[in-house]
Amino acid sequence: MTDTFALLNQFRNAELVKAGIAEIHRITTRHWAIMEICGGQTHAILRYGLDELLPENVELVHGPGCPVCVTPLELIDKALAIASQPDVIFTTFGDMMRVPGSNRDLFSIKAEGGKVRVVYSPLDAVKIAAENPDKQVVFFAIGFETTAPVNAMSVLQAKALGLKNFSILVSQVCVPPAMHAILSAPENRVKGFLAAGHVCSVMGYWEYPDISQKYHIPIVVTGFEPLDLVEGILMTVRQLEEGRAVVENAYSRVVSENGNIPAQELIKKVFEPCDRGWRGIGEIPMSGLGLRKEFADFNAETRFDVGAIKTRESEICIAGQILRGTRKPPECPAFGTLCNQDHPLGATMVSSEGACAAYLRYGRSRTGISENKTS
Amino acid sequence: MCLAVPGKIIEIYDSAGMRMCKIDFGGVTREACLQALPDAKVGDFTIVHAGFALNILSESEALETLEALRELGEIESEINIGDEG
Repeated sequence: MTDTFALLNQFRNAELVKAGIAEIHRITTRHWAIMEICGGQTHAILRYGLDELLPENVELVHGPGCPVCVTPLELIDKALAIASQPDVIFTTFGDMMRVPGSNRDLFSIKAEGGKVRVVYSPLDAVKIAAENPDKQVVFFAIGFETTAPVNAMSVLQAKALGLKNFSILVSQVCVPPAMHAILSAPENRVKGFLAAGHVCSVMGYWEYPDISQKYHIPIVVTGFEPLDLVEGILMTVRQLEEGRAVVENAYSRVVSENGNIPAQELIKKVFEPCDRGWRGIGEIPMSGLGLRKEFADFNAETRFDVGAIKTRESEICIAGQILRGTRKPPECPAFGTLCNQDHPLGATMVSSEGACAAYLRYGRSRTGISENKTS
Repeated sequence: MCLAVPGKIIEIYDSAGMRMCKIDFGGVTREACLQALPDAKVGDFTIVHAGFALNILSESEALETLEALRELGEIESEINIGDEG
């Protein structure tokens, strides 16, 4: 019997990574800008130094696939207002704790005595609600399609348990509308996409051929191990060099064309498509998910009246341009100085998926777009 | 955020009406919700995100991907040997 853990470790095999990188060098004849959509992939690329092994002509552009980064400032301010209320236990993924709102962050509310708890899963938040019937428990339901099924499950579970003290503050966003927005922007430089593997594990990739055809762009479903990324980049460059533009799957051990149908049904049962604002990018029509009417009781935005919110973004931070792939972190005047992981000005410096945090952590302080060749 | 980790299902059970399981992540054991994988069975490998199992991992597909890359490596070393000669 094959030891599956050992098999999976092969996706970090240095010799195979080198072979893939050598092949990319061999076939690349000109400059290509390829966007990895998912922030998890950005971190893996920088962590394993893949960006430094690639030919100079293969430029990786970091996409907006970091839910913490694109959650609108207004919603973060709302979260902060709700979390400061007495009798509220505010639960969140750890990444949100330091994301700067207009004036403060969740961490400072916790420091002031607010009941803010980091949870591993929204289902843990449901448990907290069941154990604390005299408190209102709110979960900050951010995420892409990967997180939508478990967020939906938490609402269904709270309903099944008859909980009246559980609600979610929703900032669910979807990948395909963001791809359309990036590709139709006049300043777009992206010539190929690495599609986010775990989003596709839920959604499949049946939505992508339309995008690939419309913009004549290769889209390759890609995983998160170094070998997955090299394979995804290789397949994208191969298509670009051959003038092809189709959808391919470099993460077939996890992703199938139709995705996980029961998970998609969970999403559809609880959420429906809606317009959503993306921090740094602006509103993208029908790019988000909101709670369906029949689950309105679980909507924290209507349960808590927090009054009018006046937002204030940092004047220096260029997170929006970084999320659109038009600039890179070292081009920001505050990068690594005024803005760092202890005192972030923008969400891209906070999250374990934010491009600025990855550049600072893995010592990429010099490379900017101006230094990359364009053709 | 979309981080998802592979692990092996070692036990399946119902808890408060939800299909749940215990997963071994190569030494560390955690609970995950199996609601979206009605066909999953003990011994299957799955990818887990935020306490929720997203999909069953296909060993044969993993082997196929690795095999294709190994072949690439062999071709690569043959090219290198050719270059040296």
